[in-house]
Amino acid sequence: MKPAPFEHHAPLTVEQAVSVLTEVGHDGKVLAGGQSLIPILNMRLASPAHLVDINRVAGLDTIQVTAEAVRVGALVRHAGLERSEEAYAALPLLRQALVNVAHPAIRNRGTTVGSIAHADAAGEMPAILALTDGVVEVAGPAGSREIAWADFFLGALETSLAADELAVAVRFGRFPAGTGTAFTEAARRHGDYAMAGVGVAVTVTDGVVSAARASFVSVTDVPSVLDLGPALGGVEPGTAAWEAARDAAAEAVHAHVEPEGDIHASADYRRMLVTELTRRVLPQAADRAGALA
Amino acid sequence: MTTQMFGMPIRRKEDPRLLTGGGRYLDDLGHDALAAAFVRSPHAHARIVDIDASDAIDVEGVVGIYVHEDLPGRVGEPLPLLIPHPTLTHGRTGHALARDEVNHVGEPIVMVVATDRYVAEDACQRIRVTYAQLPVVVGIEAARAGELLVHDDVPGNVAAHMLQEVGDVDAAMAAAPHTLTLDLDIERSACMPMEGKGVYARWDRDRGELRMYSSTQTSTGVRAAVAAKLGLPLAKVECIAPDVGGGFGVKIVHPWPEEVLVPWAAILLGRPVKWTEDRREHFISAAHERGQLQRVTVGFDDEGHLLALDVKLWHDNGAYTPYGIIVPIITSTQLLGPYKPGTYRCEFWSLYTNTVLVTPYRGAGRPQGCFAMERTMDAIADELGLDRTEVRSRNFILPTEMPWDHGLLFQDGRPLKYDSGDFPASLDKLKALVGWDDFADHRRQAEAEGRKVGLGIGCYVEGTGVGPYEGGHIQIETSGRVNVSTGLTSQGQGHETVFAQIVAQELGVRMEDVHVTTGDTRKMAYAVGTFASRAAVMSGSAIALAARNVRAKALRIAADALEVSSEDLEIVDGTVRVKGAPATSMSLGTVSVLSNPLRYAFDEAAKAATQFAGTFDPDKPPVADDEEPGLEGKDFYSPTQATFANGMHAAIVETDPVTAEIRILRYCVIHDCGTMINPMIVEGQVHGGVAQGVGGALYERMAYDESGQLLNASFMDFLMPYASEVPTIEADHLETPSPLNPLGIKGAGEAGCIPVSAVIASAIEDAEGFPIRRMPISPNDLWELRRRHADGAIPSLHRSSRSSRMSPKEPTA
Repeated sequence: MKPAPFEHHAPLTVEQAVSVLTEVGHDGKVLAGGQSLIPILNMRLASPAHLVDINRVAGLDTIQVTAEAVRVGALVRHAGLERSEEAYAALPLLRQALVNVAHPAIRNRGTTVGSIAHADAAGEMPAILALTDGVVEVAGPAGSREIAWADFFLGALETSLAADELAVAVRFGRFPAGTGTAFTEAARRHGDYAMAGVGVAVTVTDGVVSAARASFVSVTDVPSVLDLGPALGGVEPGTAAWEAARDAAAEAVHAHVEPEGDIHASADYRRMLVTELTRRVLPQAADRAGALA
Repeated sequence: MTTQMFGMPIRRKEDPRLLTGGGRYLDDLGHDALAAAFVRSPHAHARIVDIDASDAIDVEGVVGIYVHEDLPGRVGEPLPLLIPHPTLTHGRTGHALARDEVNHVGEPIVMVVATDRYVAEDACQRIRVTYAQLPVVVGIEAARAGELLVHDDVPGNVAAHMLQEVGDVDAAMAAAPHTLTLDLDIERSACMPMEGKGVYARWDRDRGELRMYSSTQTSTGVRAAVAAKLGLPLAKVECIAPDVGGGFGVKIVHPWPEEVLVPWAAILLGRPVKWTEDRREHFISAAHERGQLQRVTVGFDDEGHLLALDVKLWHDNGAYTPYGIIVPIITSTQLLGPYKPGTYRCEFWSLYTNTVLVTPYRGAGRPQGCFAMERTMDAIADELGLDRTEVRSRNFILPTEMPWDHGLLFQDGRPLKYDSGDFPASLDKLKALVGWDDFADHRRQAEAEGRKVGLGIGCYVEGTGVGPYEGGHIQIETSGRVNVSTGLTSQGQGHETVFAQIVAQELGVRMEDVHVTTGDTRKMAYAVGTFASRAAVMSGSAIALAARNVRAKALRIAADALEVSSEDLEIVDGTVRVKGAPATSMSLGTVSVLSNPLRYAFDEAAKAATQFAGTFDPDKPPVADDEEPGLEGKDFYSPTQATFANGMHAAIVETDPVTAEIRILRYCVIHDCGTMINPMIVEGQVHGGVAQGVGGALYERMAYDESGQLLNASFMDFLMPYASEVPTIEADHLETPSPLNPLGIKGAGEAGCIPVSAVIASAIEDAEGFPIRRMPISPNDLWELRRRHADGAIPSLHRSSRSSRMSPKEPTA
């Protein structure tokens, strides 16, 4: 459980980081919080020759809230985002999801952008980026570019980030007024990777649902968003029709997800679980939509 | 009187040191040592065709690379079979480095010694081993089928086949009004101490002396085994167990390959060498436990009295049997718990598989036995429509029937004879604590809210404090400091505290003056080890006896000096004084000065013991014929048999009606380990045991695939419960003193984990209304069982088809 030899690079600017990444190409790995990367190195599941440690890069540790989005720099730790009152006020979903990310000690080191760049289907924050229709801000040798979430996630642990590019920030989109959000997941143990998880955003206009969407953890190979509008649209939360609509939404989730089984839970179980979790979490989001309206 | 120490919930003396980073564990030692790392088999069963280390030799910092053929003489011979048994007809042990065949993933093949662990692992990665793969045997069913063999010369994969029978089971079964058969299944788990194993060895070439440190549960055992393997005089080998971060059984096995190889390399190279086990190594190269298939057939009468109990066990012992068949022997004997079986037959087969070897883990076969017996009790209750506690109660061995001899041989080769216990009283206390008789109301209320709840119970008896012996040595310095030594080791149990409590009480000294050393062969060469819930019983008793010897000597010397009769003296807070006239006194430190007649006064106090200091009888020698110099004493405790503790647990669980998630709402424990030295430490032991039991019941399994790869060899995928998964434990005690030892104590170390799987299965069964016969159980498992139950593949409990739900308050039978 000791990593293979590697060269440690400690750039001080984004430009330097990109320059090193350009130089080392596929032999390089970016180190931010290290909560996924270091165990992988220690178990020698990967042996990159170069580690580009961005922890000394200036200007990557800020959270900025605008009218449209919450922008999170590449060195913002999960814990920092979780505790940011400004981010919470703008997008409560972030904290609702972040408290489910592993354990406090891991959130203290792990970065939100890092977990998105790691693109694990069992990660909460890639699903949240999707649910908020977010984008990834990238710096590369040719300059900066933005990648919409749908174009960012290509497969399990696979993104459209090039080897010479650095994800410098992500922007989580804010929801329109009247939107309530909620996130829930079920894990074998508190803080484990979830067997299934779901985040929902429900917008209520004039007492009825005007928009609703969901995204998922551990039951799709890349983050995906399901429009629950067809199931819930026009329905008033709390009514008998709402109960039927919840069932319809759950059915839509059941049809949408494509879980895989592993030693902790079978595909069938996960599908049942995410369906039930969706049914259970919707009233919470609808409630909050009312409270926000 | 001296302040009462024995029996008090005194805070642990070791905690300030351990909790502030002052502990010195194996890896805290030997920073100048070379590091060892191992190439381990990636295959479960293979012949080694070739080992090519040519790419590794040139790695900068590599000092040595060793394979089996480099090992001289006994170092290269198979590791010892520690506990031979007549029925272990096909015992097999591995080599320190595999010779020509590997039998499980993780078996060591090559040792690399280098300047540090990073370099050693770099070199390991460059060593190419060519294998010819052999057919793999994984799982008890494959082993039992015997079509493929783990060891060519072990037919049917059967290491041992053992049968014990008391009474005529066949006749009693045939005559029984009711019979039931249960097929049961318990999966593997493992000790998983926070600190893995580790060895550090230094060789003093000039003196020809080896000092080694091992994270072990038996330093005397390691010392003897290493001296034998390396051909060293015992007098030239020292073994010290430093602070040890948990053992739970895995560290009683010895010598581990590394315990032989690291000292051997240290001598060969003339340089200190260290190896610290990492977590992956612990998963694939240490030991597991539990895994059994069981078939119980029981005959009983209309009132639920047992008439015949016929048990067959198929025990997975992994690839080798260095620790013999202790685990299935314990299962087959301790299965009986607090009950009289009528007639009893237990037959087991201990089977080889191509997996990590199986050796005792806290509970050591008892959780499996308890599971078999308690599932059977619940099944009888359901069959007859009786309350589950009523069936148990009707089969209890009563206090008036103690001592109770089951007519079986226990794991120590001695009769399985319960010395004491009050099972009816324990059950009454448990029922009151959990609210057994009110549960029907509780359930009705929960059901009205759409919730499913269940109540479960499990009872066990645990033979603790097995022999052969332990010793205690006490020496009082002239400062009044009391040095206590015992040879068995400590892995966090609180020995520094409880042994000090015993000495403080027996001698009449203050706790802070007592200093306990354990597990150091320089201090105490004769010892067995810390396992089988034996430390308090064995070393505690020996230390108490030693303290009584020292006290008698102190009183003799003080009586002489104070010119009074020793019967008139007492010792209070370290001062010997005349009862009723406390001004006539001397400190134990002064007694210590007088106990050692001196030529030279090394300090002010020592003057009193020199030749011109007083008036001595010129006709007597300075040290009397029947005395030794120094205020010290030693004694050993060696009982005729184990002492039997017991406990009863109950739990209320809730299962989610849709997702089948399982939550423990309440967990209640009644525990009887005889007289308690320190109730707080006993309770801590119970809590820790229950936590491990919860792991075994709901979370932990060893996920081997068909090729013998362990799929969850990390703490990410092997689900040890966190604090968040362990319920609040409500514990109460009963103290039925043991008549077998001077303190009336029984072991408490393993207790907590023994019945947990049985209790949780019982509670889930009660919540669901269909039988639970396999543990551990995950939400996914329960969800699948519900589907099979709904499809009719699993029958409902009988209680579901009775007109009214059975209530404990209803008349029985």
